[in-house]
Amino acid sequence: MEKDTKAFQRVYTKLFQLTKATVSLNASGIGNDELAIVDGRLAQVVKIMGDVVTLQVFAGTEGIPTNAEVVFTGKAPTLKVSDDLAGRFFNAYGEPLDGSEIIGEEREIGGPSVNPVRRKQPSELIATGIAGIDLNNTLVTGQKIPFFADPDQPYNQVMAMVALRAQADKIILGGVGLTNDDYLYFKQVFDNAGALDRIVGFINTTEDPPVERLLVPDMALTAAEYFAVDKKEKVLVLLTDLTLYADALSIVSNRMDQIPSKDSMPGSLYSDLARLYEKAVQFPDGGSITIVAVTTLSGGDITHAIPDNTGYITEGQLFLRKDSDVGKVIVDPFRSLSRLKQLVIGKKTREDHPQVMNSAVRLFADAANAKTKLENGFDLTDYDERTLEFAKGYSEKLLAIDVNIDVDTMLETAYALFEKHFTPAEVGIRQEFVDKYWKKN
Amino acid sequence: MNTIGKVNGIIANLVIVETEGTAAQNEICFIEHDNTRLMAEVIKIMGNKAYAQVFESTRGLKVGAKVEFMGHMLEVDLGPGLLSKNLDGLQNDLDKMEGVFLKRGEYTHALDDHKTYGFVPLAKPGEKVTAGSWLGEVKENWMPHKIMVPFKMEGEYTVKSVAKEGEYHIHDTMAVVTDKEGQEIKITMTQRWPVKVPIRAYKEKPRPFKIMETGIRVMDTLNPIAEGGTGFIPGPFGSGKTVLQHNLSKNAEADLVVIAACGERANEVVEIFTEFPELDDPRTGRKLMERTTIIANTSNMPVAAREASVYTAMTIAEYYRAMGLKVLLLADSTSRWAQALREMSNRMEELPGPDGFPMDLPAIISNFYSRAGFVYLNNGETGSITFIGTVSPAGGNLKEPVTESTKKAARCFYALSQARADSKRYPAIDPIDSYSKYLEYPEIAEYLNDKIASHWTENVFNAKTILLRGREAHEQINILGDDGVPLDYHLRYWKSELIDFVILQQDAFDKIDASTPLKRQHYMLEKVLEICDMEFKFENFEKVNPYFKRVINQLKQMNYSEYESEQFKKNEKELETIIQERKTA
Repeated sequence: MEKDTKAFQRVYTKLFQLTKATVSLNASGIGNDELAIVDGRLAQVVKIMGDVVTLQVFAGTEGIPTNAEVVFTGKAPTLKVSDDLAGRFFNAYGEPLDGSEIIGEEREIGGPSVNPVRRKQPSELIATGIAGIDLNNTLVTGQKIPFFADPDQPYNQVMAMVALRAQADKIILGGVGLTNDDYLYFKQVFDNAGALDRIVGFINTTEDPPVERLLVPDMALTAAEYFAVDKKEKVLVLLTDLTLYADALSIVSNRMDQIPSKDSMPGSLYSDLARLYEKAVQFPDGGSITIVAVTTLSGGDITHAIPDNTGYITEGQLFLRKDSDVGKVIVDPFRSLSRLKQLVIGKKTREDHPQVMNSAVRLFADAANAKTKLENGFDLTDYDERTLEFAKGYSEKLLAIDVNIDVDTMLETAYALFEKHFTPAEVGIRQEFVDKYWKKN
Repeated sequence: MNTIGKVNGIIANLVIVETEGTAAQNEICFIEHDNTRLMAEVIKIMGNKAYAQVFESTRGLKVGAKVEFMGHMLEVDLGPGLLSKNLDGLQNDLDKMEGVFLKRGEYTHALDDHKTYGFVPLAKPGEKVTAGSWLGEVKENWMPHKIMVPFKMEGEYTVKSVAKEGEYHIHDTMAVVTDKEGQEIKITMTQRWPVKVPIRAYKEKPRPFKIMETGIRVMDTLNPIAEGGTGFIPGPFGSGKTVLQHNLSKNAEADLVVIAACGERANEVVEIFTEFPELDDPRTGRKLMERTTIIANTSNMPVAAREASVYTAMTIAEYYRAMGLKVLLLADSTSRWAQALREMSNRMEELPGPDGFPMDLPAIISNFYSRAGFVYLNNGETGSITFIGTVSPAGGNLKEPVTESTKKAARCFYALSQARADSKRYPAIDPIDSYSKYLEYPEIAEYLNDKIASHWTENVFNAKTILLRGREAHEQINILGDDGVPLDYHLRYWKSELIDFVILQQDAFDKIDASTPLKRQHYMLEKVLEICDMEFKFENFEKVNPYFKRVINQLKQMNYSEYESEQFKKNEKELETIIQERKTA
């Protein structure tokens, strides 16, 4: 059933096996990972055994008959890249949502890794104005970090805020199973900020087939590499929500009868996620890709395979939580971590930044202990009372996500709280910093 | 004539090759694709089908592609020039690769063919030699590097000639030896060795009897690792595994360090690439990179090469051990290696063991750990590989297969605790859950008491008891309330906090505190235990906390100052004043 249409394009019309996500047929001369069009839908080669080729159909196989037309394109999925991308939104296949055409160089998505010796150590601070991030979990260009959040938390809002303040040359939004409302929210926020010409969006909403989502992060990162490598720009990539990406992976692996590992996820989940996140990079010539992602949790469970593998790949994670004492959403100082902060704090910021940060978090932990004591009906010591007072101020003036101040002001605010509630010995920072920054009464 | 085959099936990086000739398990083959040759390793043979894991992406590969079998297993080049190198899991020199992105099918040599080394002969004509015997020496950076009889040469040989002192290239003939039949064999500075086979060119492997100083107090003082010993660091993400490993590589008392960055973050590797060439080696005054080799196979690099990377690192470590050097081998993280095994086992549709890992995982892990060790070489010299691996337990649960298998193989266990990490008590090694089996070795105890102080081990166990009693007291206080327990409980708790803050916690980013020599560790432990032995008078429990905080503060300031400096002595004096305020006995 083979006929040649164009060079490299071969057409078949006999499928002998169909599952919800895959089709199999007899074909020859087909390359691994190659794209094909099955009954008008995009599909990709995932397995070849002799002359049996198995294809994953992104949009699902509903309604595909056994005599459907299968056209092999002779190439892996690609994206057309040029400056034309800026200010536009695309679907998972890299086609403009407004139906227009895009002119550019065709590049394979999911390309090779950067040689680690060609990377530069990230060293540029990203100021967000949010003290829960800048003071305690400082972000750095070239970093990859997710929000670990329950679905009800305002992670998309915080992410949009971070993106707008980050002073990136380009912001690339990869919407993986984004609700239409959130998609419109992002569009509106960027539009209001007058930043729409810096945005490139690749959008798969909840209305689109789930397997299509697998293409979105690669599309977004291919566009990011174009701007970071070819144009030497500072690129910020937002990927929300990668839990849905992992879910799509597990659907495909299940359809292919693979043995699942922990939490029904494919055994290759770690490598699959690492392949995306490791696209975050700082190049020596100034170009960079920073990835801020979202991993939604179910009931705050971070031991689930998706957040667990993610945590081992990314350079930290950010947790949001509602602090009932001050009635605001804060960046949780205990569970959040930015692994790259050591590269900038006390170096690009004031020398005492690391110690101030650690002391404040330790005192906040003491306050949490005092709170437990209180809840268990025990008397509080004077010290306990003071930590509780401190915690309120700390939450309100520094941890809350509506804070927008520079790092020096954050440090001053922290000293003001220390001085109000504690002695230098209780705070436990180095004597030379106490001498220099602690205001004498 | 090499066996030829052709590709018959492709599933991700598993390729099924049809072949008419012979193929061997673990044999290396090359698949031709688009003018490049992709390297692969045979991992299963069924009839005329060889299953090979490809060390590269298989995108675009087609059925029918030509395959050539090489007749040997995965091998690495051994010779001068491995130090200061950034290699990938297959020993390609990353710096020699062109372009920003890694190109498929590009392989580069780890050794430098054109560089010359100054050679000094060690063996004399007529001497009997065996595999691993030292024939001569060159300088690699500043390290003496022995030129040895290749490990593959079995039996005894007689030295016929050795090159004169002078400058040579690595492929020049440095010596000629004859075998029993009188056949001449030329020996150069380099040799090749299959990474999955241990190098056994030594006389015996005794029980380790010395400790390896790391400068990290919670390790050296409480749970020391032996020179030639094995240890592992399991910990959930964010608990400080990587910082701890970096600190170990900077400060441990080793001649050289081999780091296998196995399936971990690229930026962490870049941190080593960037910092090590700049960092002064605290032990030699030169640059740290001069005695470091990095095997980097980051998480986004091909998964099969990740599995190979730990073996490549171990083989390089064994090579230097055979020269009589103290090697520290760090692998971060062995879980990623196990996951690479799982991915392949899964693709081959093997029946899975626990959590989908292959059934022989425990055997693979313990075989690997057993390659470390202290050895007496055939010439009476000693060498060692101290191996510390990290484990990244899924969900922070220590009851998963990789952690459990490793626990059976490694002798030191450094448990990183999430609770300690959350309260920023770094390094977050739990003092009570962690252990060093070496402390139970009589030869190690003897060594410690000899080297540090006569009652050292007694002090260590004493400190451990205080920590344990402190934890128990703390639990009681939490249950019964501050005023529901006797005052003594508070004292007990705060004495354990004293050890915690002053001995266990250490600031890896502080110039002085980052590394503590044994002598200073001894001094501080004595100081702290002395205070723990004292009786104090308190009116009520509320006075205990602020008082001990003052004591801790002075001791911490001491940790931050140069040993025995003015500042150090000043803090010590102030400490004495504070103690006298409340001391009764």
